[in-house]
Amino acid sequence: MATTLELPGEEFILPGTRTCAGCGLSIAYRYILKALGPKTIVTLPACCLTILHGIYPKTPIAVNAVNNTFASTAASATGLVAGLRARGKNDITIVGMAGDGGTFDMGIQALSGAAERQTDFIYICYDNEAYMNTGVQRSSATPLGAYTTTTPVLTKQQPKKNFLKIMEAHNLSYMATTCSSYPGDLYEKFLKAKNKSGTRFMHVASPCPAGWGYPASDTVRIGRLAVESGVVVLYEVENGELRLTGKSLSIARSGRKKPVDEYLKAQGRFSKMPPELVAEFQKEVDRNWEDILNRAKL
Amino acid sequence: MSETKIITGNETAALAAKLCKVQVIAAYPITPQSKIPETLSSYVESGQLDAEFVRVESEHSAMGVCISASIAGARVFTATSANGLAYMNEQLHWAAGARVPIVMAVANRGLGAPWTILNDMQDTLSQRDTGWMQLYCRNNQEIMDKVILAFKLAERVLVPTMVCFDGFRLSHTVMPVKVPSQKDVDEFLPPFEPVYELDPEKPVNINPVVMTDPLPGPDGELCPSYMGFRRRLQETLEHVLPIYREIGKEFAERFGRDYSDPLYRYMADDAEILFVAQGSVASEATAATDILRERGIKAGVIGLNIFRPFPAEDLAEATNGARVITVFEKGISYGYEGVLCSELKAALFSHNGHRPEVLNFIVGLGGKDLNPQDLVMAIEDVLGETKEGRKIRTPQWLGSGV
Ligand SMILES: Cc1ncc(C[n+]2csc(CCOP(=O)(O)OP(=O)(O)O)c2C)c(N)n1
Ligand code: SF4
Ligand SMILES: [Mg+2]
Repeated sequence: MATTLELPGEEFILPGTRTCAGCGLSIAYRYILKALGPKTIVTLPACCLTILHGIYPKTPIAVNAVNNTFASTAASATGLVAGLRARGKNDITIVGMAGDGGTFDMGIQALSGAAERQTDFIYICYDNEAYMNTGVQRSSATPLGAYTTTTPVLTKQQPKKNFLKIMEAHNLSYMATTCSSYPGDLYEKFLKAKNKSGTRFMHVASPCPAGWGYPASDTVRIGRLAVESGVVVLYEVENGELRLTGKSLSIARSGRKKPVDEYLKAQGRFSKMPPELVAEFQKEVDRNWEDILNRAKL
Repeated sequence: MSETKIITGNETAALAAKLCKVQVIAAYPITPQSKIPETLSSYVESGQLDAEFVRVESEHSAMGVCISASIAGARVFTATSANGLAYMNEQLHWAAGARVPIVMAVANRGLGAPWTILNDMQDTLSQRDTGWMQLYCRNNQEIMDKVILAFKLAERVLVPTMVCFDGFRLSHTVMPVKVPSQKDVDEFLPPFEPVYELDPEKPVNINPVVMTDPLPGPDGELCPSYMGFRRRLQETLEHVLPIYREIGKEFAERFGRDYSDPLYRYMADDAEILFVAQGSVASEATAATDILRERGIKAGVIGLNIFRPFPAEDLAEATNGARVITVFEKGISYGYEGVLCSELKAALFSHNGHRPEVLNFIVGLGGKDLNPQDLVMAIEDVLGETKEGRKIRTPQWLGSGV
């Protein structure tokens, strides 16, 4: 796997973005664009990515971008694909990129539709596990026990939606999970995605210091803890075959998966979690981990 | 050379889109419009039309696809009705703000609840303030002509346009339609040339967050604020009517049918009592006028070819001689009165028109049949009443039964 130093030097995010310090999304996006290159058009809804793309008339992003409404990222991508194809332009990578809210919740209909039609584009969901742009409200991607501004007293009482299974049910040509703390793994998966056709779905676990309650300097550590404890599992699915990658593969081989405690304790959003909920969280993580190991035949 | 076909309004709309060589179509079925995407998909699948047809999973996505396909530089067409149009609402505002010249056929239908699949105009009237232009059709020939006109107009001023026609009454009724030749349409409507290309060498961020005050661009020049963008949309629409006239004249020279007047006029010049209406109501009013004239009543009709932008000045001038104006509408702004009625009154006020009596009739909601005879009776009732009796009236509902 490529180390960070071996990745292309060309930058598509210029200095001066408006995201919070330590934003996992902006780290991931930097490597995503390095992999996809300049012949990319990104369509995006309202979310923190809109802020990253800057305020008119300036943008720090050096690829073309088309903003769209909250529920219509995949529809907008479909329109770009259809419009360019109708005009005989076939050498541009079309990307629809949205947050967990714009994907797990409001964008699901358009995404499912586009995927079922096998639209030729890459859909990226960067997942910071809440509606951050509107002030950290709960989404269906918010994990069990997390404080958000709409689960302020009891914390979230339901586990995170297993959206990856939903996307797998669409029999995509390629799908992969990634995390902003593992740029090499992420970069290689996006290169792979770029060279496939049909609908490709990429999940990017993106820690968020502002919404998760940890110091900005800890973003890489938090992402690593998520993977090391199996809360986030790095894998890819091609032709129905699931393969673990990177850190998740080495954890599977070594059997050294950390308990979730350290991950939970490092974040303010889980500070209200009673021990029973922590145990339930751990059980959910273990069940998912076993399920994936079985599928990866490990 | 044109040929005459006996076809429904829906078939007409699809055929018109084909003649306009649309490049991307994204549409979702809803009665009474469904035949339009069905016909277009058969054109595409049989190779008669070289276009991308996207069979979307909703109207919200249909308009989402249309917006971005237009941004990618394609000529784009869609069609819907009623709840489908309402479901698009957010996207309609977005399309107008994004200045994409999409043309959409709307087979007008009433909105639930309760459900109806039948015709009225509540669907498009409710979208009056989205920034779209709206053309209304009296018959199937007008559907053919106005789809072609709409593309020319929309692409000239970069504002999306609805071509509205009565569901069932036109969408499912066969009428003779003169179908222009492909050559004539090609010459009238050359291929769409986008204003800009999404060029990887010159990346841009389209429709981003815009602040309340103008900010300087990289070269130091001030760029529009949010209000600046929105004002430009209004300014464009304020300048559309002369362009509409010009395109209408060009259309008349080539195709022999004249829509250069934003108004349809029938015996209006010397009329003492005028019908004002849109869509097929104007056709019924035309037939009613013939009957009334036979009975010695000086009736006439003013119909609207274009409702947005609103031809206020023309309307004030055209109604100047009438003593009584009766506005018949298949829609209402609930809690007040018919939209066209309010707008007519505002036009008279703004343009120093005279003060006729303006009476409002709500008709034909949810497909309630409307015959010329109904209009005749309504007018005879009006004329039989004293002026005082007429003045205090709220909109009258004709034919609503119990
Ligand atoms: C139709 C609609 N409803 C609500 C909103 C308000 N809104 C803007 S961004 C956002 C949340 C975005 O959350 P997510 O997709 O997770 O992205 P994040 O901000 O977390 O990066 C919401 C609810 C909207 N723009 N459009
Ligand atoms: S709220 Fe979170 S995701 Fe949004 S910009 Fe800040 S750190 Fe990034
Ligand atoms: Mg989010």
